[in-house]
Amino acid sequence: MTDTLTPVLTDNWDAERSWTLASYVGRGGYRALDKALAMAPDAVIDTVKESNLRGRGGAGFPTGMKWSFIPQDNPNPKYLVVNADESEPGTCKDIPLMMASPHTLIEGVIISSYAIRAHTAFIYVRGEVLHVIRRLQNAVREAYEAGHLGTDIHGSGYDLDLVVHAGAGAYICGEETALLDSLEGRRGQPRLRPPFPAVAGLYASPTVINNAESIASVPSIIDNGAAWFASMGTEKSQGFGIFSLSGHVQRPGQYEAPLGITLRELIDLAGGIREGHQLKFWTPGGSSTPLFTAEQLDVPLDFESVGAAGSMLGTRALQIFDDTTCVVRAVLRWTEFYKHESCGKCTPCREGTWWLAQTLARLEAGQGNEADLDLLLDQCDNILGRAFCALGDGATSPITSSIKYFRDEYVAHLEQDGCPFDPSASTVFTREGATA
Amino acid sequence: MTVSTSSTSGVEKTNLVTVTIDGVEVQVPPNTLAIRAAEMIGVQIPRFCDHPLLEPVGACRQCLVEVPDAGNGRPMPKPQASCTFPVADGMVINTQATSPVADKAQQGIMEFLLINHPLDCPVCDKGGECPLQNQAMSNGRGESRFAESGGVKRVYPKPINISAQVLLDRERCVLCARCTRFSEQIAGDPFIALIERGALQQVGTFDPEISGYSEGDGAAATLTASGQPFDSYFSGNTIQICPVGALTSADYRFRSRPFDLVSSPSIAEHDACGSAIRIDHRRGKVLRRLAGNDPEVNEEWITDKDRFAFTYARQADRLTHPLVRDESGELRAASWPEAFAVAARGLQAAGAAGVLTGGRLTAEDSYAYAKFARVSLGTNDIDFRARAHSDEEENFLAAKVVLDQSVSYADLETAATILLVAFEPEDEAGAIFLRLRKATRRGTTAVWSVAPFTSRGLRKLNGGLIPARPGDEVAVVAGLAASQELPVDSSTIILVGERAVEQPGLLTAVAELSGTTGARLAWIPRRAGDRGAVETGALPNLYPGGRPVAEPTARVDIAAAWGVSELPASAGRNTGQILAAAASGEIGALVVAGVDPADLPDPAAAAAALEKAFVVSLELRASAVTEAADVVFPVAPTTDRRGTFVNWEGRMRQFDAAMHNPASIPDLRVLAGIAEELGRPLGFRTPDQAFAEMVSVGPWDGVRPGLGDGTAGSPTPGGGPGLVLASWKQLIDDGRMQDGEQYLRATARRPVVLAPHSLLEGLGIEEGDDIVLSGPRGSVTLPIAVADLAEGVVWAPATAPGASVRDLVGPSGSAVSIGLLADEGGQS
Repeated sequence: MTDTLTPVLTDNWDAERSWTLASYVGRGGYRALDKALAMAPDAVIDTVKESNLRGRGGAGFPTGMKWSFIPQDNPNPKYLVVNADESEPGTCKDIPLMMASPHTLIEGVIISSYAIRAHTAFIYVRGEVLHVIRRLQNAVREAYEAGHLGTDIHGSGYDLDLVVHAGAGAYICGEETALLDSLEGRRGQPRLRPPFPAVAGLYASPTVINNAESIASVPSIIDNGAAWFASMGTEKSQGFGIFSLSGHVQRPGQYEAPLGITLRELIDLAGGIREGHQLKFWTPGGSSTPLFTAEQLDVPLDFESVGAAGSMLGTRALQIFDDTTCVVRAVLRWTEFYKHESCGKCTPCREGTWWLAQTLARLEAGQGNEADLDLLLDQCDNILGRAFCALGDGATSPITSSIKYFRDEYVAHLEQDGCPFDPSASTVFTREGATA
Repeated sequence: MTVSTSSTSGVEKTNLVTVTIDGVEVQVPPNTLAIRAAEMIGVQIPRFCDHPLLEPVGACRQCLVEVPDAGNGRPMPKPQASCTFPVADGMVINTQATSPVADKAQQGIMEFLLINHPLDCPVCDKGGECPLQNQAMSNGRGESRFAESGGVKRVYPKPINISAQVLLDRERCVLCARCTRFSEQIAGDPFIALIERGALQQVGTFDPEISGYSEGDGAAATLTASGQPFDSYFSGNTIQICPVGALTSADYRFRSRPFDLVSSPSIAEHDACGSAIRIDHRRGKVLRRLAGNDPEVNEEWITDKDRFAFTYARQADRLTHPLVRDESGELRAASWPEAFAVAARGLQAAGAAGVLTGGRLTAEDSYAYAKFARVSLGTNDIDFRARAHSDEEENFLAAKVVLDQSVSYADLETAATILLVAFEPEDEAGAIFLRLRKATRRGTTAVWSVAPFTSRGLRKLNGGLIPARPGDEVAVVAGLAASQELPVDSSTIILVGERAVEQPGLLTAVAELSGTTGARLAWIPRRAGDRGAVETGALPNLYPGGRPVAEPTARVDIAAAWGVSELPASAGRNTGQILAAAASGEIGALVVAGVDPADLPDPAAAAAALEKAFVVSLELRASAVTEAADVVFPVAPTTDRRGTFVNWEGRMRQFDAAMHNPASIPDLRVLAGIAEELGRPLGFRTPDQAFAEMVSVGPWDGVRPGLGDGTAGSPTPGGGPGLVLASWKQLIDDGRMQDGEQYLRATARRPVVLAPHSLLEGLGIEEGDDIVLSGPRGSVTLPIAVADLAEGVVWAPATAPGASVRDLVGPSGSAVSIGLLADEGGQS
């Protein structure tokens, strides 16, 4: 089954000191940059458009189209901002990418900035991953010293400065407009749109904001051609992506494969579910995407199929939970995360997550009654589609989907005055039959 | 679609867009927000964060509506916040009135808003006039599912002071961000901001513990501030626009229930802006004042002084009955008829009399004084100016100000350039300041100020400084006519403050600049009654309606209107001349209204004059003038009478009595009583009668006088060997009309001496060090801070609580010196 993997972004991760410029260049790095600089900027945009690369941050918006929205007649400077504020529970692709091969991202930044005619680019990195920030900063320094950044890059006359900016610990700053506020030195809260960032983004200037993986995919597209990229994946979700498997599988990690691969295939690649257990539920794209169960094992993991099955491809953060896991407990933990991370700007998210967490905590403790489940669903109904940004929507996904698939388990908590599961059984340190 | 080129006459019919709201078709101007379009068909969508004068934010989500057709045939996928999107042609909007989805969305938001809101409505100031309370009733459920489900509310310690005046109750806050947006967008004082996140998000103030801020950083900014975390002259507006009881004032907190209050619209009496206010009173006592809503004048904002300074009228020294000085030299209570008779007898016996009216009178009262002086006393010796004044100013007022209505608030927003001369809008005319900020924030108007340094207010206007040392202003203004950097032309408006009179030749130079460039000109006095006094002839060179005293036909005209055979023909004396004549005995009597001798250029001379003359004083409260008076009449505060203020635009601002107090009568009624005793009656006894007469007398339609020879005096250049003091009054100071309002006074900016950096260097001192500022009247010890003043110039506040430099050191323009605390010598 190994031929289902398509290592492109992850291809050099096993190289000796893969994060160094020497290692990266040794494997063909910065070759695509020369190609791109030889092209007209619009031709670069066209190539990315033809490749049908869709945003890897979760929403799947066509990257080339986003670039073409930049009004080139706007007198203000243009900016490229890379969203590497990877904070979603379960999502773990940009951080390992930047850790293992920061130059892949940097080369992508240069090509993409060239395409949109930006002379300043920013990588906004989640602040907690200091080791990654240092590695990225080192890589940027190396790139400057080698002439990949700075003035007259590769003798092309094109100038670009790249700033690595560390976030300050807020999930909301992964929302692109909140990220811009944060980057400008303000407190990160989503902005009212319009104006859209393409027109008035960073410092009220035209700005492209792309996910780190999207930008990191650009050099391979330039190097190998749009057709090569589009040949992978499914009809409307082309190319490859990093699938991050975590939880109760034998070999968790990043698996780079064409879009459209199924969880069944991925679990096989990962060596199967934890010994002696069955898959219970999983998230297709992080905690903000509605849960799936074993029923959806064969759903192709592309934007359309996952959507049709009632969830979202999201960031391909596949969190695998086996039958030892209490779904109520898992959902409560996620809900507490959203409560903690709600920025506070809008009422439904701010107050709703505060209340959801309390209602769920009581249910987990076996307090309340079955009507509280309907209350919970009604609260979710009052948040979903009413909040200012997608954070509030995401907070409701695990709750509504878990009640849909596991209502009986909620009821069991009420009937048994508490959780019927042994919480230690789901941990990695559990011994078979051990109790807390 | 074509864009209407007419900015004032509204939008033409053809430009309207048609939308269907709740099945009702309505045509609205393009870019109308959905929430306002709904108002036009009578549907009130509940809202909290939305405010017509603030930028949309879409934070509270209370105003969600369903949009089945966005105007392009496609529905919007989820309910939309109607305060955030403009309607499009063909759009279909369903509000809570017709859409179950919108209704449920709104009910859901309301339920969320209430989960962390305390149930303290019975003790909350807002209870009874609370948008949250009202809309919870109209768009929420009766019982709390949160409480039923065992929910636990977020709690905070009860209110914290964010200034001496404004208190914040974080539990009640629904985080709509109206207050923080007001402070940032409207006032330009972003000293409150939302901090923390999630349900713990709260309104916060600057915390010096954060970011390693230390005492030395930004000393100038800190020193000149009020010392309050929420440091703003406009802070009270946040209380008024708070949709819950989260912001309250120390002054009104727990004082009353809104449904016990009687509300009366009125006009603010503290400056020349003519701001609309609402007076809320109960059983004859004013409990609070709010901003009125007048889009043409102050919009919905007023200064903290207009809002909180009203207790002056009920201080212990308020006069309640007439007083006459008896044989023993003591003032004793007298009946009204006796007081009228004593006053009339004294005036008759004194021979010549002069009239000083001060700048706080209504137009009706000013008119009464103007007529009283001419008809009853037979003199043109009348002047409203209780401050620096000159013949040049009289000419300027007669030639350029009276009857002029060429500049309005709306014009300030459309002018390309506003040039401020001797005028500090934030301190001297708050409503103008806010309107200028609105204009400059839009980016289409630039403000320049001829001033000694870049004030905080000018910085907030993003304005440019045209530096001028005291005495250099005339040359600086004259030079602007040919300036390349700052083109003064017909798209410019010049706002010249009354302080311009302090520099001989400046008013003339400003008028000439306006004349040669076509720039429009407006004179901004500091007091509510100043402009009305000019219009009604409380000046030695003008009769009512702008009629020049020197013009015989004007004299005949006004004499005919008043039904008298002749009027004094000789030009009258101004304030200084009246006082000098009284001191020398040329004038035997003075009729004095609201004048504080401390405001006069020479307080000592004024005291001597008051001592010598027979003085009739018409006052609200015991004062330095009533102390010296022979007859004292109590007069009504603005709350107790009808009247009209004429604001700086020349706009008439009429107000009614808020309260009925038969013992409280206006100045004009007192004057009528004296005039009748004198046998030369005024012909009216009430403000209405006086107003009717003013209208029938009408404006002068004859030739207007010119500016005269202008340079009545030579400028006093500030380039002498010593230091020269620049100075003006700050908004909140030690003024008597702020008496009794300790919380307001606590928000006054701290007095400080500003000096150029070189001066501190030369003295070897640092910002924040105390120095001794000495001048002709004495000295005061104040901290020093740096400003972009020219060499040889220092600035200090003319008035401030406890440290009025005007009284302690000297008036603006004085030669002063700065000494160190340790040695007495100092440097000058």
